[in-house]
Amino acid sequence: MIEIQNLSKSFAVSGGTVHALKDVSLTINNGDIYGIIGMSGAGKSTLVRCINMLERPSEGNVLIDGVDIGSLSEKELISVRRKVTMIFQGFNLLMQRTCLKNICFPLELAGVDKKAARERALELLEIVGLPDKANAYPAQLSGGQQQRIAIARALATDPEILLCDEATSALDPNTTHSILSLIREINERLGITVIIITHQMSVVEEICNRVAILDGGSVVEEGTVSAVFSKPQSNAAKKLVFPDGIGESIADTDEKKLRVVFNGAPATNAPIITKMAVDTGICANILSASTKSIGDKAYGNMLLGVPDTDSAKRVKEYLEQTADIHVEEVSANV
Amino acid sequence: MFDKVFSYEAFQEALAILVSEFPTAVWETLYVTVLSTAFAIVLGLPLGVLLVAGEKNGVLPLPTWLMQILNVVINLLRSVPFLILMILVFPLTRLIVGTAVGTVASIVPLVIAAFPFVARLVESSLREVSPNIIEAAQSMGATPFQIITKVMIPESVPSLITNATTAVITILGYSAMSGIIGGGGLGKIAINYGYYRYKYLVMLIAVILLIVMVQIFQSIGTRLAAKSDKRLKK
Repeated sequence: MIEIQNLSKSFAVSGGTVHALKDVSLTINNGDIYGIIGMSGAGKSTLVRCINMLERPSEGNVLIDGVDIGSLSEKELISVRRKVTMIFQGFNLLMQRTCLKNICFPLELAGVDKKAARERALELLEIVGLPDKANAYPAQLSGGQQQRIAIARALATDPEILLCDEATSALDPNTTHSILSLIREINERLGITVIIITHQMSVVEEICNRVAILDGGSVVEEGTVSAVFSKPQSNAAKKLVFPDGIGESIADTDEKKLRVVFNGAPATNAPIITKMAVDTGICANILSASTKSIGDKAYGNMLLGVPDTDSAKRVKEYLEQTADIHVEEVSANV
Repeated sequence: MFDKVFSYEAFQEALAILVSEFPTAVWETLYVTVLSTAFAIVLGLPLGVLLVAGEKNGVLPLPTWLMQILNVVINLLRSVPFLILMILVFPLTRLIVGTAVGTVASIVPLVIAAFPFVARLVESSLREVSPNIIEAAQSMGATPFQIITKVMIPESVPSLITNATTAVITILGYSAMSGIIGGGGLGKIAINYGYYRYKYLVMLIAVILLIVMVQIFQSIGTRLAAKSDKRLKK
């Protein structure tokens, strides 16, 4: 369990201080896939770096399984960092080492025997699905493959917690989807707690069970993903759920609103909404939509207005028959 | 003037000198350059590492006053003209080599002149390593020493080789100057025959040989750097 207690962090910059984090408190349970979402500059990266003390907080504590890691010496921190590993937006692989040696790297740092490290690395290459890339150099791999190697490297020391700092932000939606599936698999198979820092709502929706919304260095909303996103309270949350804003005329209607999320649904060739209207006889009003097709898969989300609660339920049931489509009712008191 | 420089007698004389003196001169130039570069790297590499790692935000922050002293000393040594430096370090040369003149003695001022330069080159190479990669290593529990030896230096090898090539060529140029204090090599021949005795053809040959050596060092360095760089997709 990770307990973040009243965490604050300020940086001295020319012309004053920047308060990157203000009194942040969060509890992350073992086995969670916990999303921390916010716009750039919200303090997400600083927060995640306080969890492994790459940044020392100005105030407050971080407790991992009851141990206040801020009070540990540099030496003790090193063993914490083998249990709390990290992947990054830019992958940060060692470019002059082969993939195999990259994965061996944290084991080498820990003084693990070379042969054992090699065996473990080969095993991890299997897990991340790149067994044939052992002797390739990172520059020869695509972004998605590099991130898989980075994940393998992060798993080398048998961590209990995996921190993902915008790990999919440099990847296209299809690759993002496959990396997130891998992270979920790791979470389920190895029981690793995952903390995901992102600015992409789709990432949180796809794999997180809990989410905290960070805005201006403070946590403005926290809870299960469905609870937070179906009834967004704070402005920051509303902005995430309705990225284009929601007009007053829309907010004023008595319609029930449904958010339809496409996470790689095979929808490009099928007129799903029209079919839904024909099959169910419910005329849905498309209030806003932001979807795109990559290959034959659809990503993004759509806001539908339907006449009443009953039809909302039926629309939800109908649409969720399609794989990778997720529907939830939202209350938009914007 | 040119008819004299390229006269039959001049050619014969040059040929005689070429046979009798140039092999030794080329060898002396080579070993002075290589040895001086090696010593300069031994001193300059750790210093260059300190310049980067010892910074306030570096992996091994050192006291500010120490960093300032380092920087001042390096700048000071680099700003003394080599000709004057050679004379200034006479006492040190005598202490180390036993004499202040001659080929071996010329290595001392060469090293003194070159190691601060090498330190700066190392510094610039190490700064090319992405801070994100260093942060990643820190997140994996790397100690400062491990970051230096397993991340910063290995990741900047191609750049270090390129800069080492620059260092070798600069030292080669300086070594030619050490003919003044009796250092051997092509520089001595160029000065003794060409400058003091007006045998321009001999001087010309010595200069051409220096050019050839620079070309060889440069192409070896360029090729090694490219070959060592795994960032280039093959």
